[in-house]
Order: sequence, then structure tokens, then C-alpha cells
Amino acid sequence: MADNGLGHIVPKKTYLSIFLALIFLTVVTVWIAQFDFGVLNIVIAMFIASIKAGLVAMFFMHLKYEDPLTWVYVLFPLFLLALLIGGVFLDAPFR
Amino acid sequence: MSEHVASGPPHVHHMDAKTAYSAAKLGMWLFLATEILLFGGLFAGFAIYRWQYLSEFAHASEHLNWKMGALNTAILIFSSYAVVLGVDAAQHGENKKVKKWMLVTLLCGCGFLVVKFFEYKSKYEHGLFPGTVDHITNIAFNSPEFNAQYKMFFGLYYCMTGLHALHVIIGMGIIFWIYLLAKKNRFSTDYYTPVEVGGLYWHLIDLIWIYLFPLLYLVG
Repeated sequence: MADNGLGHIVPKKTYLSIFLALIFLTVVTVWIAQFDFGVLNIVIAMFIASIKAGLVAMFFMHLKYEDPLTWVYVLFPLFLLALLIGGVFLDAPFR
Repeated sequence: MSEHVASGPPHVHHMDAKTAYSAAKLGMWLFLATEILLFGGLFAGFAIYRWQYLSEFAHASEHLNWKMGALNTAILIFSSYAVVLGVDAAQHGENKKVKKWMLVTLLCGCGFLVVKFFEYKSKYEHGLFPGTVDHITNIAFNSPEFNAQYKMFFGLYYCMTGLHALHVIIGMGIIFWIYLLAKKNRFSTDYYTPVEVGGLYWHLIDLIWIYLFPLLYLVG
């Protein structure tokens, strides 16, 4: 945290780099979707989406500079979501 | 929602400025946690039906215009960039710049909704919208003759993108409110909570679209 002011001030250059990285990854997602990797297509698409989401959260939403309590607020719903999706796939395929 | 925490006057005396700022932010993160689970239910639903009807979902997905989806992805990413520049301006107490970047964000929001409108309109004309009829095959979307798996794909598509579009509209309201506050020169290096907290909400809208775009438009 910066001493003066309330929150962390991120250099504007960082924001520009993140913006360009997000656009670049969008192009990569579109480009790679034209190839058929079978079941891997969705895995690759979600992997790239997660990198993009991570960049947005860490830098645009300043999560990188947040305290552990905020991280608990972020990770706990993701854990619940994993439980939900995991639970659904443990159940539905065997009906 | 937790915005009201942040909407108080800058000189609330029951806690110091830094604590008030952190508490407001934490409140928004808690709200975003519920948002993740709200959309999460739909993502779980999509995941299981995609797994069940893999080829039908892939075919139905081809009816979506990926170029329009990609355009909207770029618009939202740029809008998020505009918001962080607005936050940066607020952190330096530059209300004029905050106003400018909030206007840019609002324009992006409008652009996103216009693109979405034309996408929905095209589905409406091709009989792929609830209550419409395909004029070539004469099959109504609501009739039993309409492919049930297609119906499931488009049902999920409208729920997910519709709920997302609703968030864009609400987000635009919040961004406009920040614009009005900046117009009154309310932000300074000691107080910019609404910009940071409203920005968090806007970024979540971007974040959800980052998953929706490849899931619906690219891999189906």
C-alpha cells in the first residue's frame, strides 16, 4: 500500500499493458477456436479465459494489493462454485 | 447491494477515511461473491447440458455471430480500461478526467447493448427466439417439433446473456452516478471510494463476459 492516499496507485503503464494483453488473448482465443482439438477445445478456451479473468482481477480490480480477508471473500465463492460443478458431474453422468 | 456504504458524505465520523474505504470495498467484494454464485449456477447448468448434448450444442452455437461476440468482448475490455483510468484520475483528485473516462465507459456500455440488440434481433428474425417462427421451415420455437437440445442451448444463451445485459444496464447507472459525483468535484486523494467500488462492479461484468464469449460463441 502507498503511504499517502487510501489505496494502492498502479502505474498507468501497467493498466495499458494489461489492456493490450487482454486484447491479445482475445485474438488468441478466436484464432485457436478454428482448430479442432476435440475435447481439448473447451479446456484451452476456459484456460485462456481464466488467465484473462486473473489479469482483470489482479490488476484492474487491484486484488494483487488486497489484504488476506479480501482474498478469502474471492476464493470462498470459487470453492463453492467448484463444489457445485464438481457435484453436478459426479451425479448427472451416472443417472 | 452494498453501494450505499460508499455513497455517504466524505466526512463520516464513525470511522477514519481509510477504514471506511476498506470496509466499502470489502462490502462490494462480498456482493461480487454472490454474483459469482448467481452466474455460477447458470454456468453449471450450461456445463452439464453441453456435456449431455455435445454435438447439438456445437451446431446451435454456430448460429451465433462470433464476430459480434468478439466485438463486444473488445468493447467491454476497453470499457474496463477506461474505468481503471477513471480510478487513477480519482486517486489523483482529477474530477474532470474522472468525468471523461466515465463518459467513455457509458459509451462502451451503449455500444455493447446496441451490438447485443442486433444479435437478438437476428435470432428473432430466424425463428430462434422464444415465441417466434422459422419462416423457412415453419417450425415455431415453442412447438414440440423444435429440436429440444437447440431449445436448451438458446434458453441458456438468453438467460446468461440476458442476465449479463441487465448487469451492464445497472452498471451504466452506477457509472452515471459516479459521473454526477465527479461533476460536483466530490473526489479527492482522500475520497474516491465510489469510483473504486463502482469500478469493481463494472470489472465483474467484463469478467463474466470473458467466460461467456468463448463458451457460447466459440466452442458452444
